[in-house]
Parts: sequence; C-alpha cells; structure tokens
Amino acid sequence: MGKVLNIQPVTRIEGHASISIYLDDNGNVKDTRLNILSLRGFEKFIEGRPAEEVPRIVNRICGICPWMHHLAANKAVDGCFGVTPPPAGHKLRELCQMMAHVNDKILHFFFLAAPDFVIGPDGDYSVRNVIGIVRQAPELASKVVKMRQLSQLMLERFAGKSIHPIAGVTGGFSKPMTEDERKGLLKDANTLFDFSLYALDFAKENVFSKYEDIIKNLGTIKTGFLGTVDDEGNLRLYDGHLRLMKPDGSYKDFSYEEYTDYIEEHVEPFSYAKMPYAKAWNEGFSMDINAPKGIYRANTLARINVADKMATPKAQEAFEEFREKWGRPVQNTLLYHWARLIELVYACERTIELLNDKDITDTNVRTKVKPKAGRGIGCVEAPRGTLIHDYTTDENGCILKANMIVGTTHNIAPMNMSVAQAAKSLIKDGKYNEELLNKVEMAVRAYDP
Amino acid sequence: MAVRVAEEWLSACSGCEIAILNIGEPLVDLLDKLEFVHIPVLMDHKYYGQCGEKKELDIPEADIGIVSGAVANEEHLEVLHKMRERCNILIALGTCATHGGIPALLNCWTMDEALETIFNTPTTQKPSSYPDEGVPKLLDRVYAVDEKVDVDIYLPGCPPNPRHIAEVINALLKGDKPSLPGKSVCDTCPAKRKGKGNVKKIKRFLENAKIDPNQPIEEMQCLLEQGFMCMGPVTAAGCAIDGAPRCISAHVPCRGCFGPVKKDGNQLLDMFNALASNGIDWKSVVDRKSLLRFSGAHGMLRPTRK
Repeated sequence: MGKVLNIQPVTRIEGHASISIYLDDNGNVKDTRLNILSLRGFEKFIEGRPAEEVPRIVNRICGICPWMHHLAANKAVDGCFGVTPPPAGHKLRELCQMMAHVNDKILHFFFLAAPDFVIGPDGDYSVRNVIGIVRQAPELASKVVKMRQLSQLMLERFAGKSIHPIAGVTGGFSKPMTEDERKGLLKDANTLFDFSLYALDFAKENVFSKYEDIIKNLGTIKTGFLGTVDDEGNLRLYDGHLRLMKPDGSYKDFSYEEYTDYIEEHVEPFSYAKMPYAKAWNEGFSMDINAPKGIYRANTLARINVADKMATPKAQEAFEEFREKWGRPVQNTLLYHWARLIELVYACERTIELLNDKDITDTNVRTKVKPKAGRGIGCVEAPRGTLIHDYTTDENGCILKANMIVGTTHNIAPMNMSVAQAAKSLIKDGKYNEELLNKVEMAVRAYDP
Repeated sequence: MAVRVAEEWLSACSGCEIAILNIGEPLVDLLDKLEFVHIPVLMDHKYYGQCGEKKELDIPEADIGIVSGAVANEEHLEVLHKMRERCNILIALGTCATHGGIPALLNCWTMDEALETIFNTPTTQKPSSYPDEGVPKLLDRVYAVDEKVDVDIYLPGCPPNPRHIAEVINALLKGDKPSLPGKSVCDTCPAKRKGKGNVKKIKRFLENAKIDPNQPIEEMQCLLEQGFMCMGPVTAAGCAIDGAPRCISAHVPCRGCFGPVKKDGNQLLDMFNALASNGIDWKSVVDRKSLLRFSGAHGMLRPTRK
C-alpha cells in the first residue's frame, strides 16, 4: 500500500495550498498534486456594485499586491464608461504601481525566499525564516526591514494607503502630487534604487553562485511564457500589449482585448483556482512533464523571456548579463528569483523616471465621468503575472458580470509540474526527509505564488 | 521567557500579515520578547508533522493566538478550533475576522449561485462538477470568527493599524488588558465642517472632492457635506495616522473598513439614520448593500429571497 505525504500548509507563500505526494510500494513518487485551497468568489460578489466602487473592493483580492487589482479594475471601469484619464492621472497610477512592485519584490526575495538560501534548505525549520535572519544576520535584516518599510511609507504618504489603496479612481487619480511630495518621494526612490543594485549583487554572490545545482535543476520544466511589452519590445509592467511565447521561443503579440482568443481556463478537481492555458496553440491541456500541452508561465522569468530589452539603463545592463549567461527562453524555475531582482531595478528606475516627468505635478488628474453600459478589459503586470479584469456594466453603471484572471493562476499548472519534477527527482526508494520536502516547496516558492 | 505566538489566516488576503510587518523597525525589537511557534506566511511549521505523515491537524500551544480572515470553509473551521484550543488569548485581527469583511459580500448569494457563476465565466471550461478532491468544502455562508469561537480581543481594520497591533502586543506582554477607543472615524477627521448646506441627495464618487491642492487637509470641507457618501459617522475610528483617516487623507470618502463603531452595530441602518437626521434622502444611495461590504457576517447580508 503506497503512502501519501501531505505537506500542509505550503509555507512562505501568499495563499493557501497543500502538496500531496503519492508514493508507490517501492517508495518512488507516482503522482503529486498542488491543491489550491481557497475560494472567495470576487467574480460573483462584485455583481450589482456601482462600477466606480469596484477598484476599492477588488483590491482586497490580495494584501500584498492590492495596487495591481486596484489599477487593473480602474482600467476596466474606465473602459466600461469610455473615459481616458488625463496624462497626470495616468502617470500617477503607473508611479504607484511601480512603488508597489518595489516593496512586493523586496518582501518576496528577502522575507520569504531568502531564508532557504541564507540559512540553508536543510536548516532547522524554526530558524529557516526571516526571524532567523534577524538573529543570524542582524545588519542585513535591519537594512531589508528598513527598505521594505520605506517603500510602503512612500505609498502611504502620497496615496493615503499602501495596503488596499483607494487613490486610483474612475477617470484618473484622487489627488494631484505637490512639488514637496515629489521632492520627498524622489529622495526615497533614489535610496531604494541604490538598494536594488545591492540586492542584485547580494543575490549573485550568496544565492546564484552558491546554489548552482539547485538553480539549474530544481523544478525545471519546459513551458511557454506570457508577459507584456511595448511597441519597441521593452518589458512593461503598466501598459503595453501581450506577448505569448512558445517553448521554442516563437511568439505572438496581441492586444488586451483579444485575450479570450488566446487563453482558456481549465478546471481540475483538486484546485479551487482555475488553470489558464494557451488554447490558441490548439494542442489542448496536459501537465505531463514529459509532454506538456498548452502550458505557459507568467511572472518575472516569463516577462524577462518575452522582452527584447529593458527601457531603463541599469535594468538593461542586468538584463543583458542574464541573457548572455542563460539564453532565451530560460526554463530554469529558480531563475525566477534572478529575474525578480532585475525587475526590482527596473521598477526603481521607472519610479525615478516618472517622478522626473514634467506632467507628474499637473493638477488635472481626473476626467469627467458619466456611468453607462459598456465593457472594459483592464490589464497590468502584477508581480505574480499578467492580471486581467474584464467587466461589463449595465445602464446604471453597475457591474453586470465580471471575469478575472489573476496573475498567479497562470502558474498553477506549471507549479504542479515543477512539484512533480522536484518530487520525482529528489524522493527515491522511500527516502525522504525535511530537507528534501523543503526543496520541493522551494520549487513552488520561486514562483512567488 | 519569551511569549509564544501562533498566527493563522483563514479566508484572508494577507493584508493583516503585511500590516504586522508594517510595524516596521519596532517589530525587530518586539521579536526579542516573542517566539513565533506557528505562522505559515513566514515560517515552515506544518500541520501534519514536518514530513506530512501524521493524520491529525496540530498547531503548537501558544500564549497569544492571532487569527485573520473570515471563516468560509471546513478547514478554516478546523484550524480556528485548534487555534482556540491551543492559544491562551485569541485575537481576531482585521475586519474579515471581526465582521466578515469583503469575503462576506458573498453572503448576498447562496453558495450554489456563487459556484455557478464562478465556474462558468466566458473563459472557463465548465467542469462536470466543482472541485472536491483535497480541497475543503465551503460552508453555507461566510462567518466572522466570533460566530464560531470565543474571541478575547478584537482588532478590526482593512488593514488594521500597525500601531494598534504593536500597542496590543505590548500591553499583553506587560500583562495589561488592551483597550481601543470607542470613537467614530469622524471623531478623528480634521476636515472642515461648514454645515450641510443644500445637500439633499447622495452623489456617486464620480468626480474628485473639492479642495485647493495647495491647502492642507484641514481646509477640505467634510465629504458628506460635499454630497458624497462617507461612512465616517458609522465606522470605528482607528485608521488615522499622523492626523487624518487614511482615505480622507487621499481626498476619498470612507467606506467603513474598520466595521461599526460599536461591535454589533449595523452600518447600513446607522448610516441611513445619519443621513435621514441630516435631511438627506437615503433612497438616493445606489446599492445600499454596499454599506455592509465590510460587516456582512453575523447575518447582516443574506441571499435575496426569490
């Protein structure tokens, strides 16, 4: 009689999941599952709500990336009502999204992922966490705590709230930026930019060069990739068009509005979260790690893969170094961490760019809005992947129906595959222990789900 | 001796956990006095043993237990009961835990109606049955924590104020019983009250609040007086940091995310009373159920009878 190992909860992730590992009579892995355990029903309960209220309801989908849902929703509602924000309103939204990306990435790399590398994957679980880092490496911890806090405070000072924002509004932004605010934010943005370069160097020295075997092999699978680029092929997080790349590196570009032609969501009985896949490839859906069908990944590694270049100088330098070393497209799952830190540099540089934009303190931040029936598709790149909010409104401007594809869900099927790959390669002949099981989780953590 | 803390999140979004981190540098000092024995977002303690071989869910004993999120499925219930059993003092953190929060908006529908919509969107390959392998069954509706277990301390907010979280923990470490002020958001709001003037109807938030961009927040006229729906009068105080309630500081009206002023208040009825007593037609409010968007547990929001 085979055994089932039930790893629950999957820890140091942002959500509720469990991993089931099914062993056969010889103690080898015959099947694995990543169960996604929560269902809240946002697609249902925003029905009937006045559309302009929705961006401050759907931000509660996530307390770590609320700005992403807030802004995708704002774009969708703008689309329903047929309004375009004035330039300052548009830029203030992107500015806030960049600051949100910054604190999200600092949180993920240092607070959630780093313990596996700084303390070690085999460390005692009670020490292998950020609290352990505070005790073992207090200087690093202090720096990291300060920097993450700073990026949250910048959002709070300017936009009122960092968690569950309200300043993005239908037609633009709720308030203009004063020159004093701009100067203060610019100073802090430069501090964060310096830190982002330090973070990348730290990771190259303490993670990527020290754990080469894990980086190359753990959780590595073969998939396509989805991200956002602009007309010049630059990686973009706020605005652009979608690029869906196949495992062989060939790709197709399409606008947000065409997403339903490319993506469909498959349902498995063991996950409340659905599994998007590339229906446009006409190969169906399969998570077989030896013959995947329709599977693509989103999030940092995907965005780096689909992009031709980065729009800011230091990020471009880091991007070129990465591409020269690893090629394109890169399939090694643990390299999500490296890609994440390149994006951190970009988000800091883009924050500074926007704060130096001549329009940023313009007082015209919101267009007149009149509610009406319509449909709007709002899309941004959330830290975890391409985020799509698709709303339809009635003549009162209230939500009739909604479809949301949340960034992290593009990676549910790939994470299942990475878990299968990791478990099968690490657990053999009934030999397993905490370290090996933690490594299986590391294959999941790289996706920052 | 370090005080042991266990933390769990139920139907949650992780905002409360980030609010704990937003205590900032003082949190690092607090860590000297605390020992986290279980906190899934940060630490690898597992329910079924570290190698997943045990059959019974277990959480270690703790002096202080913190629970965020509403109660929406069988597993939340199991985890919550275990937390209550193992923790000496139980704190309900965040408005989802204290009042149902945003997830309780689902209570406007039956679970069948909800699943029918969610698994039938235009891009969903409609399954022959809903997920039921290795995932917990949904309860009949979304509950607040105190509808299922006794709660010792309520710390509402969406998100809660990091300063309050720190104050409560520090008070508990000293052996004091923490208390939070029983005021409303209006009591902490610096906006200028000029008198309601001619406001007879509530307008939707489709234009920005009137305020001279170079003036401080104290010069902005009260948003309710400007004719916007602002739930300050019926919402518990607590969000204000450095001078103004959070949304007000961004020139945006309050939507009640700290829950009612009194724990068992009704934010919808209380708001309509407040509007009526100021001569404002409460029938002009579009989507009245929205006034309960943060406090829809405790039977406040129910499916409409057909």
